[in-house]
Amino acid sequence: MTLLLMSSLLSRQLLYALLYLPLPCSRMKMKTCKARVLVLMLSVIFWSASFSCAAWESEELNNPYPEDENNQAVLYESFSERPKHLDPAVSYSNSEYTFIAQIYEPPFQYHYLKRPYQVVPLTAVRMPEVSYLTLKGEKLGNGVNDSDIAFTEYIIEIQPGIRYQPHPALAKNIQGDYKYHQLDKAQIEAATSLNDFKATGSRELTAEDYVYQIKRLAHPKIQSPIAEIMKNYIVGFDDYSKQVKDKAKTAIRDLPIEGATALNRYQYRIRIKGKYPQFIYWLAMPFFSPMPWEADVFYSQKGLADKNITLDWFPIGTGPYLMAENNPNRRMILLKNPLFHVESYPTEGEPEDAQKGLLVDAGKQLPFIDKVVFMLEKETIPYWTKFLQGYYDASGIASDSFDQAIQFTGSGDVALTPTMLEKGIQLQTSVATSSFYMGFNMLDAIVGGTTEQARKLRQAIAIAVDYEEYISIFTNGRGVAAQGILPPGIYGFDDKTGINPYVYEWLNGKAAAPVGKAQRKKIDAARQLMTEAGYAGGIDPKTKEALILYFDTTTTSIDDRPRMNWYRKQFEKLGIKLVIRGTDYNRFQEKMRTGNAQIFVWGWNADYPDPENFFFLLYGANSKVQHGGENAANYHNPEFDRLFEQMRNMNNSEQRYRIIQQMQEIVRHDAPWVFGYHPKNFSLFHGWYKNIKPNLMANNLLKYTRINTADRAEKRRQWNKPVFWPLVLGSAVFVLMLIPAINTYRRRVRKSIQ
Amino acid sequence: MTQYIIRRLLYSLPLLMGVNILTFVLFFVVNSPDDMARMQLGQKHVTGQSIANWKQQHGYDVPLLWNADAQGEKKITDTIFYQKSVGLFLFRFGVSDSGRNIGADIKERAWPSLAVALPTLLVGLLVNICFALMMVLFRNSYLEHAGIVLCVILMSISSLFYIIGGQFFIGKVLRLVPISGYDDGMAAIKFLILPVLIGVFSGIGSGVRWYRTLFLEEVEKDYVRTARAKGLTETQTLFQHVLPNAMIPILTGVVVVLPLLFMGSLIMESFFSIPGLGSYTIDAINSQDFAIVRAMVFLGSVLYVIGLLLTDISYTLVDPRVRLS
Repeated sequence: MTLLLMSSLLSRQLLYALLYLPLPCSRMKMKTCKARVLVLMLSVIFWSASFSCAAWESEELNNPYPEDENNQAVLYESFSERPKHLDPAVSYSNSEYTFIAQIYEPPFQYHYLKRPYQVVPLTAVRMPEVSYLTLKGEKLGNGVNDSDIAFTEYIIEIQPGIRYQPHPALAKNIQGDYKYHQLDKAQIEAATSLNDFKATGSRELTAEDYVYQIKRLAHPKIQSPIAEIMKNYIVGFDDYSKQVKDKAKTAIRDLPIEGATALNRYQYRIRIKGKYPQFIYWLAMPFFSPMPWEADVFYSQKGLADKNITLDWFPIGTGPYLMAENNPNRRMILLKNPLFHVESYPTEGEPEDAQKGLLVDAGKQLPFIDKVVFMLEKETIPYWTKFLQGYYDASGIASDSFDQAIQFTGSGDVALTPTMLEKGIQLQTSVATSSFYMGFNMLDAIVGGTTEQARKLRQAIAIAVDYEEYISIFTNGRGVAAQGILPPGIYGFDDKTGINPYVYEWLNGKAAAPVGKAQRKKIDAARQLMTEAGYAGGIDPKTKEALILYFDTTTTSIDDRPRMNWYRKQFEKLGIKLVIRGTDYNRFQEKMRTGNAQIFVWGWNADYPDPENFFFLLYGANSKVQHGGENAANYHNPEFDRLFEQMRNMNNSEQRYRIIQQMQEIVRHDAPWVFGYHPKNFSLFHGWYKNIKPNLMANNLLKYTRINTADRAEKRRQWNKPVFWPLVLGSAVFVLMLIPAINTYRRRVRKSIQ
Repeated sequence: MTQYIIRRLLYSLPLLMGVNILTFVLFFVVNSPDDMARMQLGQKHVTGQSIANWKQQHGYDVPLLWNADAQGEKKITDTIFYQKSVGLFLFRFGVSDSGRNIGADIKERAWPSLAVALPTLLVGLLVNICFALMMVLFRNSYLEHAGIVLCVILMSISSLFYIIGGQFFIGKVLRLVPISGYDDGMAAIKFLILPVLIGVFSGIGSGVRWYRTLFLEEVEKDYVRTARAKGLTETQTLFQHVLPNAMIPILTGVVVVLPLLFMGSLIMESFFSIPGLGSYTIDAINSQDFAIVRAMVFLGSVLYVIGLLLTDISYTLVDPRVRLS
């Protein structure tokens, strides 16, 4: 419409030009004639541009996807970090699980809706039969002491009839031989991607495939990141690693491993050392997904790796999706697996789930989406803009777009801004099962050790470092200050009464618990602790000057300077001079390994929802300097270690809960960490995105997602009408500006001739 | 000429070897094979055994430059330097530390880089030369002064501003093209319009001023006065006489960058999600992937040497006085 109005402004000139055009130029002055032609040309250009623009106004010129996908059930997501590995034996990061969790299926999974997190069968028929054995292999009855258990046996039965996705590795010729297992040089030369192998095949999933994958975990050439852990648990794992060390990846098929055996076509047994109830969580991770031996035989053929055709890049699974395109530098495409087995949307969840519309699809066959397109977006600006234009269905919130999306209400709650609400965008928040903390090296002469002086110094610092302020300044309020080692959502976390009494106090006294509000102790309390520690006013009695402490970090860029200054200021409250020792990642790691760091910040993201996965970070036998483990603070407290050893093998119970609280109390008192914060995830979803429920443990969530495609197509049309008039106006101004330039040129030529 | 080219290519061999050694030394001064293993293995559950295993699998369990324990020629050949770097001279880039074939990756990523860089270069060249000639045409007038001021303003603005501003105005406000992305074949055009436009626009300031200087130098020469005396118009003088004579310095700047167009632009490709080579090296440095770093530095050096050689050859094409010997 605007364009047409703009065009009408020039219509008078057009009419004028048309009226005079039939007259031969000789009857007019030459100058007038040229001007008429110019006006006519301009008008014609303008009109044709206007009509073209009007025709385009109804189209989405900025649509980055093919037109024919507009009304299809395609989900558009983005990724900012290219995955390094897609082999389930090797992958161990969120950026990789985003893909492989949709493709591979371990025997168990987390229930999508139920909380607390619950492990349920995926390809398994039921939860495993667990039995405890003596050293001689005799079965123990119920109520047995943990110390009597030499082995635990898991017998897992998988569902019959589950089939692998169509894949060239499984393609057979009419004789029944594998078609692509003995490729000749010409075939390999001709192939540029996996899709060049046109024939595909499938076969039924068997228990042997799960056993084969466990063997793969043990093979040193596969380099599984959990191989070292599993050596401690799966029987015969270490011996098997040594046995196959120099053998090809494909050789393991016929070499049995003691701790994993296929009992029949659909049943297999895993035997682990001692009792380790958390093993069930490992069985819900992609590491324990099935792998057909044919995959290794196919991909091991010489020449394929040179074309990047490897198992690490082209997975083969039984899951709801298959990898149709893998270009980690541009996009990854998952397509619905045509052979996906019967799996339906959960029919029960938490009480409020039905009210939230999360059970609308109960009982329906999964998945709902036909195709998932992951686009590489490294920069937040184009990513955010595309989300607002409707070209991404979901988005996180970067700090530079936070104010545009989120506002805080008077009561401190978060809400969407009116602009977001107008677009029908939904907000979902969840506290991550992660902890960021400031650690003290307990081997350090000043901040470490179990002396009263060092403990009080650490406690004083714990009060002074105001993580509520940190969350407010550096994370836009997206975090919860930690009261202990466990984040919310992990068994043993106490959100009502479980404050850290050495750092916090109840706002209105103890009686206010459990509904009262905890507040950080006044800085005077910290100063008092400093005095008791022998550092009155922050003065080191040895030097008679301000106590100097060292903070080791890898954050050395100019963007991190405010954060470092903030840390400095927190310590200044106590009169301590904090020296920031910025270094690169390698040197930092080296300092941590050798125990040369003094104070550092670190984080941990839960592998599984069990307190053992957090408390082990302070277990003495895991200390980094002595044992190369994950206890970066090198904390060692015999009582804590004793309780940990008792707690880790227990099933969740009242007794286990009590032990957890005891352990919390010990670490709060000893303060090897300043318990930092648990980050809060903020995610935005368009109104057409259905079945949204945060599940921080499960990664295979895409199968539950549903998209209202008609709604999306309509909204995109509304939001992306092209705007042409500034372009047309700019062009017109440019052309008009040429006229004086041409006149100047003419004058100059005429002048030089004269 | 052939002799000259062969000689230049032979000269480049020690140069490339030097670049190779320098890259190797610089990389391993900062990173040890243990550091590389830790970076590749991630942060969880990394033990000494898994590091040793990684090093063995990736060939980093031998000494860097000299194997004192080995016998004979193996003192040199059983080293990381020999095993990782010699293949480069045969353009065998090998496999990255994360397991991907580097040669295949480069081949795949070079074309999108070229798809942005080549039109940007050509259109930019055309626009810059045209504007520079116009400024020379209108020299000593208000138009020229205004043009110079505009050029200084344009070249004073950060290229990041052009990118973000262009994405905001054309992609977000006008919604005329996709704000970022890429596609194969002809479908790539709609994704290339904006980066090319921004690339050209951001280079106008410096480009026009540079070419204007070259042309101004030429228009003061005797042959131009002769051309004018013959009665040629200013346009004819500029396009038929000044432009061809100003081609040598133009070629110097253009031909030398031609081979490097494959290498892409980090910021441009990052903002427009172009799957090119721009970020390949930076990503590799961040992930301590020595295999990619050495391959890309080597490739960059080779392309630069080729660029310089092409520049020399192109001189003979535009200036008959130049002979390569």
